[in-house]
Amino acid sequence: MKTFRLGGIHPKENKITASVPFKYVPIPSEVIIPLDQHIGAPAVPCVAVGDKVKAGQTIGNPGGFVSAAVHSSVSGTVKKIENVRDAWGVLHNCVIITVEGDDWMENIDKSDTLITECKLEAKEILDKITASGIVGLGGACFPTQVKLMPPKDAKIDTLIVNAVECEPYLTHNHRLMLEKGNEVIVGVKIILKALGINKAIIGVENNKKDAIEHLKSLLPKYNTDGVQISVEALKMKYPQGGEKQLIHALTGRVVRSGAIPAATGVVVQNVATVFAVYEAVQKNKPIMEIALTVSGKKVANPGNFILRIGTPLADAVAMAGGIPDGTGKLICGGPMMGRSMISVNTPANKRTSAVVMLDEKESVRGKETNCMRCGKCVEACPMGLEPYLLSKMSKLKMYDEAEAHAIFDCIECGCCAFSCPSNRPLLDYVRLGKAQVMAIMKNRNNK
Amino acid sequence: MTVLYSILILTVIGLVSAVLLYVLLQKFKVEEDPRIDQVQEVLPGANCGGCGSAGCRNFAERCVKATSLEGLSCPVGGAETMKKVGAILGMEAAESTPMVAVVKCQTVCNDRPTSNKYDGSMNCRISQTLYSGESTCPYSCLGFGDCVEACQFGAISINYETGSVVVDADKCTGCASCVKACPKHIIELRKKWPKNRQIYVKCTNEDKGAIARKDCPNACIGCGKCAKVCQFEAITITNNLAHIDTMKCRLCRKCVSECPTGAIVVENFPPLKTKEDEK
Amino acid sequence: MYISPSPHTHAQGSVSRTMLNVIIALVPAYLASLYYFGIGALIVSLISIASCVLFEYLITKFLLKREPTISDCSAILTGLLLAFNLPSNLPWWIIILGAAFAIGIGKMAFGGLGCNPFNPALVGRVFLLISFPAEMTTWPRPIPFNLHYLDAETGATPLSYIKEIAGLDVDSTSSATAIKSATTAFESVPDYLHLLLGNIGGSMGEVCAIALIIGFIYLLCTKTITWHIPISILATVALFTWPLYAHNPIIMADPLTQIMTGGLLLGSIFMATDYATSPMTHWGQIIYGIGIGVITVVIRTWGNYPEGMSFAILIMNGITPLINHYVRPKQFSKL
Repeated sequence: MKTFRLGGIHPKENKITASVPFKYVPIPSEVIIPLDQHIGAPAVPCVAVGDKVKAGQTIGNPGGFVSAAVHSSVSGTVKKIENVRDAWGVLHNCVIITVEGDDWMENIDKSDTLITECKLEAKEILDKITASGIVGLGGACFPTQVKLMPPKDAKIDTLIVNAVECEPYLTHNHRLMLEKGNEVIVGVKIILKALGINKAIIGVENNKKDAIEHLKSLLPKYNTDGVQISVEALKMKYPQGGEKQLIHALTGRVVRSGAIPAATGVVVQNVATVFAVYEAVQKNKPIMEIALTVSGKKVANPGNFILRIGTPLADAVAMAGGIPDGTGKLICGGPMMGRSMISVNTPANKRTSAVVMLDEKESVRGKETNCMRCGKCVEACPMGLEPYLLSKMSKLKMYDEAEAHAIFDCIECGCCAFSCPSNRPLLDYVRLGKAQVMAIMKNRNNK
Repeated sequence: MTVLYSILILTVIGLVSAVLLYVLLQKFKVEEDPRIDQVQEVLPGANCGGCGSAGCRNFAERCVKATSLEGLSCPVGGAETMKKVGAILGMEAAESTPMVAVVKCQTVCNDRPTSNKYDGSMNCRISQTLYSGESTCPYSCLGFGDCVEACQFGAISINYETGSVVVDADKCTGCASCVKACPKHIIELRKKWPKNRQIYVKCTNEDKGAIARKDCPNACIGCGKCAKVCQFEAITITNNLAHIDTMKCRLCRKCVSECPTGAIVVENFPPLKTKEDEK
Repeated sequence: MYISPSPHTHAQGSVSRTMLNVIIALVPAYLASLYYFGIGALIVSLISIASCVLFEYLITKFLLKREPTISDCSAILTGLLLAFNLPSNLPWWIIILGAAFAIGIGKMAFGGLGCNPFNPALVGRVFLLISFPAEMTTWPRPIPFNLHYLDAETGATPLSYIKEIAGLDVDSTSSATAIKSATTAFESVPDYLHLLLGNIGGSMGEVCAIALIIGFIYLLCTKTITWHIPISILATVALFTWPLYAHNPIIMADPLTQIMTGGLLLGSIFMATDYATSPMTHWGQIIYGIGIGVITVVIRTWGNYPEGMSFAILIMNGITPLINHYVRPKQFSKL
């Protein structure tokens, strides 16, 4: 079984919700839809206060080349367009809509029927993806249409579908493959058509054996006309879902420092993005809903939920049985790379993939002690860096040295801090140093 | 005999090294304007970077190269140092106002309303990149002491009993290292008055009045009363926040009693004479 | 709610757990030394551990004015390792002196755990070896359940026998008496079984090869250390002594005897693998191991001391920063 070569760790999986089917969270009375749910320029609002909107209607147009459209997830009246603080105290320009009924745009196909045929040309597919505001749903939220238009000199030969889901607790990708396997594969075919290539690999970690079997059983139907889609089971190791690690594990190719995956002839898309592409192209449905895993060891009814964008996360948490007593940390995303939140009263958006609740004991960091130079962080680093050295350099503001030691290669996966027996906050400082070094490098390049 | 040999060998080695060193010195000698050394001599040597150069040597080089001292000033040494530099270079030193840093947040860190407990590295910048801070006020001081670390002169300290950040105006040289270090941008350089007197708005909250008030009892709510009472047009209100222009302010103290939340603070003044005192 | 940057989970390892793992791995060898050297081994180890912990506590509390770090168990480990490197009939005051030097100069003077450039236990041992050569080289004979401490019966170690043989001028083969005395001396070198079980003279912890190997396996299973350092040392010693042995079997012990005698096993498994003083990367560790192996054999064969493990480790400790500087991990983007 394949996996990436350097470093990696094995955190406890805790995939308690792997067998819980998706549930729909009821539409709230008011949704708050941020206009910057993606990397790049925020969307420009194209509705005014008092306007009636339908579910699926565009409410924000892309604000630049690297940007994405934003759609209303509900029908109702635009109440306000203003800056709202999110769960981290950061301001976002949001459209607040009072919900009235559930009236969808006419061109959206609300049925569940599977449409396998796609007669559109590559250009038309890309236009539909752009219009539907699709972004990478693996967490980075990079606009998908930009990724599907690689630079001219890059010779793309493979599409990699990232269905690794290596973060502990998270299971919504797993459920998606089980419940919407056909749709995912059709989505892969559509993206292959948009890229003008034939080969796709779906990378799944081996802890999702049922999903691997399911997809493998469906594949022969779709592998026609020279299309080669395969499912590859990967040996479990975090951070396999990292783009560079996944490309290395599946193709053996290496993305160099500062290069994009397209330079190695590969385009990577998350499995949830692929599903969103299917819905956008075949059903005309923009991203209105997101899948969310709500989990935690003490949560009463942990599960996988589908909720409209703009719904407070608290609604999904309430369906899962609320925040259990003695919870010490709320994490938006998985425990390795997610961000801890102050509260769950924050709207769901394209960046949200999970709410993980850790109890008090798990959430407090251990006492920091002297570095005993055991080298566990060096062993764990999937990028082959020396975190103990980089964090020290960053702390002492030795940015030139940090740059010479390739701090910019850090993918912030957290393997170093996870494995440190001295509980040192290695990643905190490496992340800080990386940001500084990147800024210095950018400045220099501009000069 | 052995002793003699040892002495002889050591002497020869010493001589050869000396000759070698001399030859190398002559060969790789770098011609430099001797005035750079002279200028560096009179500079404070703190290497704080407050002047915008990379250390005192760099500043000295810039001074020597410059055609006039306009725009070149050493915040640490002040006018006196620049006068000396001017004397060396035969140029007129530009006038500069001595400045001092003030911290514009007054919720005493340990008493402020908090919504969470920070458990990461005790570093303002790391906390800042993550979220807005423990306090409910998103503009407030984080209190992990990046400014204390940045200060070369030991002028900033954190009072651990109250948790508030204190600037020692006597030690502060106005180099602005702390201003650059603070990720919340709550440190400002203000004109240094005699006896370290100071009046300023000790708040940076730009939220609307009601929200700001909820986050902190001493927040500036942008009501504009101070701006109305000021005779020197020194106070402006932008984004719900009052700001006293340090160059226009005459320290009349009229705005202080006008402020409904106590966001405007006075430092090192004798107590105002109240009407009762006059009687 | 707690807020912190990611990651939010941890492998649950800690410094004290790591140290405890090493201490557990030392237990079999400790039991063996209690069996062979009896009450002497008990007294020496207790004094050594107690004084190491005490010195660390006093130094952190009163000299450095920091929070004492004795709870991380590293002082206990240093004390135990120091005791393992001492003969079991060493007077108590020498042990305390060694412990003070090991903790004070070897460790705390550099800033405590992780900052020390040299292995503290070895610093202590070498300090004692140089200061008290007589006391440090009179080894008690292994007598099961021995109740003698200072007055224990003494004898030589296998390596000192071998050194004695090498000292005889065997090359001048004309001297029949020399050959004869060499042969008698060689007969005093114990066979493999004795070496394996530890029924030989020597420092209290180094004698029982089998117990040390059990500890090694435990350390590998708990992933406390990797194989790179110990195996590279042992392989180097074996490979280096083999041609020497083949060239002149009369004055050289065979490779297997070389490996099982002296502090070689103890040193390569427990002392050379000390985190702070060994290189970070696997390739660096192998270079480090080879260096220790070569220096050990050189000292054993051509040096004045019968064994050279401690010196070899200390010398390579000094070179570790250099190895760390030049042998870097392979970066992903340069694969």
